[in-house]
Amino acid sequence: MQPRMVMDENKLTVYLTGEIDHHNARSIREAIDCSIQSNKPSLLRLDFSGVTFMDSSGIGLVMGRYRMMSLYGGRVRVVELPESLERIMKLSGLGALNIIGSEVHEYAE
Amino acid sequence: MLNEMKLSFDSRSSNEAFARSATAAFITQLDPTIGELNDIRTALSEAVTNCVVHAYRDTIGKISITVTIEDGSLVTIRIRDKGCGIADVKQAMEPLYTSAPEEERAGLGFAVMQSFTDKVSVRSTVGKGTTVTLVKRLSRRVSNG
Repeated sequence: MQPRMVMDENKLTVYLTGEIDHHNARSIREAIDCSIQSNKPSLLRLDFSGVTFMDSSGIGLVMGRYRMMSLYGGRVRVVELPESLERIMKLSGLGALNIIGSEVHEYAE
Repeated sequence: MLNEMKLSFDSRSSNEAFARSATAAFITQLDPTIGELNDIRTALSEAVTNCVVHAYRDTIGKISITVTIEDGSLVTIRIRDKGCGIADVKQAMEPLYTSAPEEERAGLGFAVMQSFTDKVSVRSTVGKGTTVTLVKRLSRRVSNG
C-alpha cells in the first residue's frame, strides 16, 4: 500500500490511507523515506484523513519521520487527524512535540 | 451465559489484520459502539504484534486467541504464544521501553493495551511463552447473548 505523495515547493504531503499496523507500516515508511531523501522537503505533512485504523505502529511511523526530518533541519506536521485516532496520538506524547494540527496553526507559529 | 471462540494462526505480520477482523466480527454480536470495537481492535493489534515482533522474533510460530463473552457485555481476550517469553514483564510494560528499536517500535504496546481496555494481565515464562489477557466491559448489555 503506497501512499500518494505530492511535492509542492518545499512541502511534501503524504496522504496516508487504510490501516496502519506493524505489517504495512514498513512499506509506508520506506516510500516516505525514499521521497524525503530525494526531495529534501523543509516541511513534511502527514495527512491522516484516509486512515481508518492505527495502532502504535502509526506512532512509530510519525516519530521516525520526525527524527529523519530533524536530521535535515526540516519539520513535520500531522494533519487531518480523524477523531477516532486522537486518543492514540495523544497517548504517544507526540502532542508535546507540537506537531499535531492544521495549516492554520502552522502559519500562526 | 458464556460464549467462546478460538483462533490459531501463524505469526506472520500479514495475519495481524485478520486477527483484528476476526475478533471484532465475533464481538459484533454484543452490539458494541464503534468506539468500543475500535478500542478492542487497537489493544488486540498491539498484543498480536508483540507475538510477531518479539515472541517469535526470528521464527514463525503459532499465535492463539481465545475470546470469551459473558453477561452480554464482558469481553475477555487471551492472546497466547509459545515463543521466547519475557524475562522482565514489569520492564516490558514500561511506556517507551522497546527491545526492538530497529523495527521502529514506539515501545507503547502495553500502554495502548492498558489505555484501551479495562484490565491487562501478563503471564510469561522464559523459553515457554506468554499469555496476555485483555478484559473490557462494554457499555451496552445485550440480553439475547
